[in-house]
Order: sequence, then structure tokens, then C-alpha cells
Amino acid sequence: MSRLITRRSVIAAGAAAGTLTTLPISMVRLAFGGTREDFSFTYISDSHIQQIKGASFVRNWDMGLKRAVAEANLILPEADFVMFGGDLAQLGKKDELDHGAEMLSHLKGKLHCVMGEHDYYLDLGEYWSKLYGPHWYSFDHKGVHFVVLNSIITTDEWTFHRWPTAEQRMLEMAGLDNPNGSPFMVGEKQRAWLKDDLDKVSKDTPLIVFSHSPLQKIYKGWNFWTDDAEQVQALLQPFKTVSVIYGHVHQIQYNQIGNISFNAVMATAWPWPYPDTYAQAGAHVPVLTVPMNRADPFFERDATGWQMIDVNSGRVTARYQLWDNQERVVGYDPKLGKPVDKRYQEAIVRKAPQLHY
Amino acid sequence: MRRYAIALVLGAVLLSPATRADEFTAADVDRWQGEFDSVAKKGRELWTSGAVGTNGVACAQCHPNAANTHPETYPKFQKQLGKVAQLFEMVNWCIRNPLQGTALAADDPKMTAFVAYIYKERKGVPIDAGKH
Repeated sequence: MSRLITRRSVIAAGAAAGTLTTLPISMVRLAFGGTREDFSFTYISDSHIQQIKGASFVRNWDMGLKRAVAEANLILPEADFVMFGGDLAQLGKKDELDHGAEMLSHLKGKLHCVMGEHDYYLDLGEYWSKLYGPHWYSFDHKGVHFVVLNSIITTDEWTFHRWPTAEQRMLEMAGLDNPNGSPFMVGEKQRAWLKDDLDKVSKDTPLIVFSHSPLQKIYKGWNFWTDDAEQVQALLQPFKTVSVIYGHVHQIQYNQIGNISFNAVMATAWPWPYPDTYAQAGAHVPVLTVPMNRADPFFERDATGWQMIDVNSGRVTARYQLWDNQERVVGYDPKLGKPVDKRYQEAIVRKAPQLHY
Repeated sequence: MRRYAIALVLGAVLLSPATRADEFTAADVDRWQGEFDSVAKKGRELWTSGAVGTNGVACAQCHPNAANTHPETYPKFQKQLGKVAQLFEMVNWCIRNPLQGTALAADDPKMTAFVAYIYKERKGVPIDAGKH
């Protein structure tokens, strides 16, 4: 069985005369058919690097990204590549993107990036593109087709004609609960590209799609939402094995809609409340989701973290590395046909801090 | 006589409709609600601006719509403080730590504005002091 060595286990081993304690790399391991092989990648997201002034940045958010990068580099066996899920910067500034990119540059292995709204709305992704390339693209790896979408664009009217300055546009979109914001979308042009891209791929090929916002509708008031989610889902449904992995929500979420499995990833910066705890609004947090623990405000890194993603038989198993909590493992259960938490799925085994109100 | 006169004048003042303690009009209610709303609005501005901190971080970054603040559970025991604490003490904890600012007095108008905004967003949730 493959073994996963984590930073925590390395630290634990320090006291045990160099004997490395190990953790099983996945609870459910299925043999790949054909020529595909099992592999894993790491997923770091939502670092929100925030400039105070000059070379001074918010220490708290810096620490989250630095810690994720350091830990991801210690994983053995090494992951095949690294994904960054968007919102590297807080206000899209060149200084913030540069500072974040400097930290990401320490990562071992190939890095693929997803665009977040905090990276985008100052210069519409121009500087981000100089660092990380096109806003949407696809690639193949060991028999799996990967698609990266820019799901955080919105209407031309809001983007080009509503705000007197680019700085104000960025600030208006940066406020999660700001009623002056605008719903995210993938948009017609990108959907046409996606259709063309997927037409070239066999429906038997496992498909993994990365977006920043959820490609499902959870709560519009905080843009836990993509306005054309149904149209994007319709393009993905014909594939037998489809997973969508998204950032933006800073919390554990998972769901199954038809053939599509959904997993959200944690932020390295700060956690967000589950939207159904906002007393003045309705929300559609997937009923399947066993929430992450309620954040303890006295621990700066609590309810933040990063992920190891195993891709076994083309299915996603997300191993949430939670710095002040026990790891969570959410993976697809082929018998049930949906993702489940490997330990806490049944209501009777859930812990008190998983109850949010 | 003089004492009677004073009593009568006082009685007239007390009985006049405008000053009866147990009488108020819809207009009064509107005005009082307006006063509250304007303070809560000020609280929302402070909540989203980061003006009480020094590093640009705003309360709303972690608490959109003041969610996950649980005002209905205060006062409650906070093990890290080692005592039963009030809501304003937790607001100050956040001002000092994530916002790297200076704590406000309990009756500072800015603190009143914060607390007013937090409660406004939590309207309708039953009081449950002490709940963790």
C-alpha cells in the first residue's frame, strides 16, 4: 500500500528517533483499468495575499500560504502536480500577485492556476496572465482530461460600464456580501470553447474540471454561485466520470448532481461561515455535506488548510489537511454513487463542532 | 396654596399627552427604529471598511453579513479567556488580533454600532445565552 508522509507525522517522528509514522494514502483504492495509473495532486487555494503598504503584507494570510507550500513540499510520495484554486491576491494588485507568486514559486512540481475574482477585477486578469498564462485551458495527465475554467466573469455592463475606476470595481467585487456585486458566470464564449474541447474527448475518459466559484447554485448573496451552472453541467453530464473541484467558499462542501461529483477546497487565508447560518437568507448547502468544524477564533489557522487529491480510477478523493483539526477524507463511493466522508458521513458519528448555527 | 399650585402644574405636565411615560405613537416608534437603523448602518460601514484596524483587514472578510458571530449566545464561557465574556469582548479580540487594532471601550459609539449591526443581522434568532 502507498504511504503518505505528512509534515505532522514528520514532526511526530522527531521525538521517535527518526522513525517516520505514516498514514495510508487512501481508504478506498480501486484498480485502474487499461493504461491509466493512480496518481495524486496537491490543491492549495484562496490565499488572499493582502498588501498593507509597500513591502508590508497582512501577516496572517502570508502565514497560511507559506505553511501550505512548506507542507505540500514535504509530502512523499511526491504529487504529480500542484493546483492553485484562485484568489491568490486580495485586491488584484501587482504587488500582491508578485508576493503570492514568490511564495508559490517554492513549490516542487508543475503548477496550474485557476483565476479568482480577487485576481481579476482590477485589470481583468492581465497581470495574472503574465504570471500564469491563459484564463481557461485544458490538459491531459495519465489518462484523465483536466479542464480549468474562469467561472468568475460577469456581465459586460457591470464589468465595463458601471464603475468609475478599476480600483472601485475591484473593491465592489471583493466584498463577499456586498449587494453591489454581480453574479459570476462562465459565459457564452467560454462555454463554446468548453464544448469544442470536450467534443475531442471520449465520454469514457475521466474528466476533472477546476473552477473558482461552485459550478452549482448554493447562495447567490455571497456568490456561492455560478449563474450559468446548469448550462455548464449539461456539457459535463455525458461523461461517465466527472468531478468538479472549486475554491471560493473557504469550507468543505461536496455534492453529487447526476454524473457530476463536486468537491470544494479549503482556503489558506480564513474560513467562511456556511451560508445557511445567515439568519436573514435562504441557502442551498448540499445536504450531503458534513460541514468542517466551526472555527475557533483563538487559533489563527483553524478551519483553514490545503488538500491532497487522489485520482483513483478517475475518481476524486479529497484529503483535507486541516491544521488545527483532524484530517477529513471525502471520496466517491461507487456503491452509493456519490462522494461521502470516510469517517463522519452518518449523523450518529458526527462531532459537536460540525454543527453550525 | 403655593404647594398646591406646584402640584397642579406638575400634574398638568405629567398628564399632558406628550409626556406620559406609557404613551407613544407610531411616529415615535418609527423615529426610534430609525435611530437604531442609523447606528446599525454605521456599524455595517465599520464592519466592511477595516477602519478600526491597522492592516486593512475588515470584519466582513471572515464574517459576511456578520454570520458566525452568534450574538444570541452571549454572555458565554470562553475557555481561552477563562471566564464568561460579553459580545463586546469578542469584538475587541477580533479588533486586536486579525485587525491588529486597538480595543474599543464597551460604550464607545463605534462598539455600539458594531453590536447594533451584529444583532440586526441576527434578528429573529432566539436568545440562548451561554450556548457554545
